[in-house]
Amino acid sequence: MWTLVFLMKKTEQNNLAMVTLPVYALGRQTIFLIRELGRIAIFFVKGFLLIFSFPLQISKTIEQIYFIGTKSILVICLTGAFTGMVLGLQGYYTLVKFGAEGMLGAAVALSLIRELGPVLSAIMVIGRAGSAIAAEIGIMRISEQIDALETMDINPLRFLISPRIAAALISFPLLTALFDVIGIFGGYLTGSMLLGIDPGIYLNRVESSVVMKDITGGFYKSLAFAVVVVTICCFQGYYTHKRTEGFGAKGVSLSTTSAVVISSVLVLIVDYVMTSFLI
Amino acid sequence: MELPLIQLVDVYKTFGDNKVLNGTNLTILEGQVTTIIGKSGGGKSVLLKHIIGLMEPDSGKILFRGHSLSEMQKAEKKTFKRKFSYVFQGTALFDSITVFENIALPLKEKTSFKKAKIAGRVREKMDQLDLQGIDQKYPSQLSGGMKKRVALARALVTDPEIVLFDEPTTGLDPIRKNAVHKMISDYQKQFGFTGVVVSHEIPDIFYISQRVAMLEEGRILFEGSPEEIQQTSNSVVQNFIHGLERGHEKISGIESHYQGEKRIKEEIARLQRYHTAFSLIIYTVENLNEINEKLGPMAGLTVIINLGNELQILTPLTDTCYRFGLNKIILLLPNTTEEQAHMLCEKLSEQMKGRDIFGLMPHPGFCFLISASYTEGRKDLSYEEMLLQTHSMQNMFYEFKVC
Repeated sequence: MWTLVFLMKKTEQNNLAMVTLPVYALGRQTIFLIRELGRIAIFFVKGFLLIFSFPLQISKTIEQIYFIGTKSILVICLTGAFTGMVLGLQGYYTLVKFGAEGMLGAAVALSLIRELGPVLSAIMVIGRAGSAIAAEIGIMRISEQIDALETMDINPLRFLISPRIAAALISFPLLTALFDVIGIFGGYLTGSMLLGIDPGIYLNRVESSVVMKDITGGFYKSLAFAVVVVTICCFQGYYTHKRTEGFGAKGVSLSTTSAVVISSVLVLIVDYVMTSFLI
Repeated sequence: MELPLIQLVDVYKTFGDNKVLNGTNLTILEGQVTTIIGKSGGGKSVLLKHIIGLMEPDSGKILFRGHSLSEMQKAEKKTFKRKFSYVFQGTALFDSITVFENIALPLKEKTSFKKAKIAGRVREKMDQLDLQGIDQKYPSQLSGGMKKRVALARALVTDPEIVLFDEPTTGLDPIRKNAVHKMISDYQKQFGFTGVVVSHEIPDIFYISQRVAMLEEGRILFEGSPEEIQQTSNSVVQNFIHGLERGHEKISGIESHYQGEKRIKEEIARLQRYHTAFSLIIYTVENLNEINEKLGPMAGLTVIINLGNELQILTPLTDTCYRFGLNKIILLLPNTTEEQAHMLCEKLSEQMKGRDIFGLMPHPGFCFLISASYTEGRKDLSYEEMLLQTHSMQNMFYEFKVC
């Protein structure tokens, strides 16, 4: 009899646990996520404010602009050109059905300036520079180079993160602008040179359809993506030693992967949120 | 009583389930070199990182001249940090910049010195540490020993008041090891900085330390002078010290205490079985403290090493020298009776008198005082008893001076 009561009680407990455990896990994950977001935000704000601390780190910022910006030009040009060209092709065959192929210039330019330019530039820079930033800072962390900075009373956030934030804020809009221009030219190549749309019409449509609001919208997006990408990539590298699922080289590889995946996904989420406000 | 420079009071630190510091109490006095010894993974580096503020204790206090680190104002903390330098176990050199830039970094970032002055200071440190010609190389292009010296140069370039060394000689050859010890000692003498050294180099590190602390299971098990730690009856401390010595076949080119013990025990066994005689001569540098005081702590070590090497040269190949304690060399003479040992002892004393065997210039009116006592092995004497008897052989005691 007692055994039966005990078993029943145990079953009740198990049932209760089956209900509470997922709630508990969800709550724990949510708290973790919010805490993590808070830490990332503080990390960015501290790093950003330290850009303006004296003496200004101009040479280090220029070095980072060269690394994030200048060295990304080729990949941005290639991506921009082919994106514009494919937009030209797809756009032409869609618009021609409605007899509106003359609008190709507007379609290509608006797609690029409003959406594809900032998003694809950000994604390409994540792949080229963001992963490298996460890996470099991660290696510095595991080889105690960041600790060494602290022992020398050099603020690692100011020394490592601030120049990268400044460089990203300068480079991203410029790379986006380059992407847009090359993309529009790519659309021109397929639309006008290949498919025979009048060049004058193509360029006229570009000029007449794009308004300042589209440019500023794209500019704000590129700034927001710069913040997201550089913060996530630096944060992942900087806290490599806090990872529980892998240490040392494995930790750095996980940090790099996380930096690329999280910042890419966040770029798309932020893009959607911003578009819904800017549209 | 003099106020300690740094004091750790009941410091606790846990990583997961691992209690690394478990109520650590440690006192570091100004102007002295304190060595922290203890098992690998026992929390010595963690202790150093607490001192410099890289890690915060879970509970307990770290006092700097009586002021708690955690209660310091930001500006005060900054001033405190600037007094420190840290030499990392793994060097922690910045691998994407050159050696020159590495050493110059603390000056470039934290001082308003002009480029030329920074370059001058960097070159001076590089010259002192025998690092010429590598200023444009990257850390990955250097050997382990060179990296260590670059890390030392970077730590010392700011002329810090307190330097924390985390295993500064691990992975170095005996010559470089002694050079690093000498450098720490010389700098300490020259600039009077306070040093905290985590090291496994027993007994060599004792020559340059004024205090030794042993960390065991998160607590300081022993704290005292190098002489005190050698004489302590605490079996854990003794086992640790001898265990470390056992790990080295040779210390600074001379066979270790452990090797000596093994060989002498073998000789005792041979005597018991085959009646083959053997003798021991123990050389003791009697005025080691005086030597250290007048010529610097490394002078004591140099005297011991040179005495050992010289004895090795002057004696036949079959005789072997072993280091014993801080100031003793044991000479094992197989197939030698007491009479022969007596004659050899006399001959060696004569040969060594007045010779510049120490590579050091004694001060005028100051001599290296060395005594030698000998005894022949007996079947009924154990290793320990034999050492004791050799020490107590006052009638067979030689004393000679090298001036």
